[in-house]
Amino acid sequence: MMRAQAFLAAGVAAVTVLVAAAVAQTTRQPTAKDLRPVPSFQNIADQQARSIALFEEAGKVLQHARCVNCHPATERPLQSDAMRPHQPLVVRGADGHGVPGMTCNTCHHAANFDAARVPGHPQWHLAPASMAWEGRTLGEICAQIKDPNRNGGKDMAALLHHMAEDTLVGWGWAPGPGREPAPGTQAAFGGLLRAWADAGAHCPPS
Amino acid sequence: MALAIKVNGTMQSVDVDNDAPLLWVLRDALGLAGTKFGCGVAQCGACTVFVDGKPMRSCTLPISALGTREVTTIEGVSGREAEAVQQAWIARDVPQCGYCQSGQVMSAVALLKQIKQPSDRDIDLAMNGNVCRCATYARIRAAIHDAARALEG
Repeated sequence: MMRAQAFLAAGVAAVTVLVAAAVAQTTRQPTAKDLRPVPSFQNIADQQARSIALFEEAGKVLQHARCVNCHPATERPLQSDAMRPHQPLVVRGADGHGVPGMTCNTCHHAANFDAARVPGHPQWHLAPASMAWEGRTLGEICAQIKDPNRNGGKDMAALLHHMAEDTLVGWGWAPGPGREPAPGTQAAFGGLLRAWADAGAHCPPS
Repeated sequence: MALAIKVNGTMQSVDVDNDAPLLWVLRDALGLAGTKFGCGVAQCGACTVFVDGKPMRSCTLPISALGTREVTTIEGVSGREAEAVQQAWIARDVPQCGYCQSGQVMSAVALLKQIKQPSDRDIDLAMNGNVCRCATYARIRAAIHDAARALEG
C-alpha cells in the first residue's frame, strides 16, 4: 500500500511539473531575446513615431554582438558576446575579406565548425568601413543604412532584401554553441524593417 | 565514409568520419605528419596547408567540406616561392624548436605568391596568425624579405 501511494505521489508530481511547464510555455512573457511583432505597433497613431518605434525594435538586432562584431569601428573585427577584438589580429582589407595570406576563409570555412567553436559561412567577411556600427547610436545607424553612398549602393528594396533574406545576415540567428543568437528571428527582423519602411523609414533623432 | 581526395597531386582514398578535420586525415590516414597540430581551434597556424592554392587552417576544415578541392601540404609545396623560402629559412637559421615551422613556411609561400615585395606590415598581417613559441618572428620577417629579394633577382 505504501509503495502504491509513493508511485501515485510521484506520478502526480510529474504531471504537475508537465502542466506547469505547458502553462509557462503558453503564457511566457516576451524577453529581451524576442522581437515585438509588427501588429503590436499599430496602436501608435502617429506614423513617424510608429516608424521610429519599429526601427528601435529592429535595433535590438542591429546593435547585437552578432551584427556589430562584423561592423566594427576599426579595421579589426570583434568576436564573442563581449565584443572583444578578434584574435588573432585580422583586418578588413580592400574587399572586406582580409589581406593576402590572411583572409577570412583562412580559418572560417563554409559552415560553423562546432568542435572548435569556429563560426563559418561561404561569404564570411566584414562590412565596409562606411557601414561601421560599433559605438554608433541607432539614429546614426539608421542614417547609414538608408544612405546608398554608404550602404553599398542599396536602394530600400535591396536593403530590405539584404536584411530579411541574406544568409550571412541569417547566420546571426544560428551562430553555433557559445554565441548568443540575435534576438527573435530573421523573418521577424525583416518584418519590422519592412513595416518601418512602409511607415516612412523615419530615423530616431539620435 | 570512403572519400577520394587529391593531396600533393595524387588522388588518395581515405575512409574517415564526415566531420574529421582535414588535419587528422592528413596525419593519421595518409601519414603526412609534416602538418602539425597546435591548438585545434585555428588560433596558432601550425596546421596551415593550401586548399586550391590558398592557405587554410586544416584543423577546422571537416573533410566533408573539402569537396574536389586539391590539398597541398608542406611535403608537396613547390615552385619558385617555395624554393626561395626554403633557402632563406636555411640561410637565416630561422627555426628554433621547429614545431610551428611547416605552418610558417606555408603562410610565407602564400604571401609571396600574392605580394612579390611585401612590406613589414604586409608580412606582419599575413603571418600573425602563425604563432611561434620560440618567438622567431624577427628571423621569419627577415627571411621573407630575403626570399622576396631572391625572387626579384
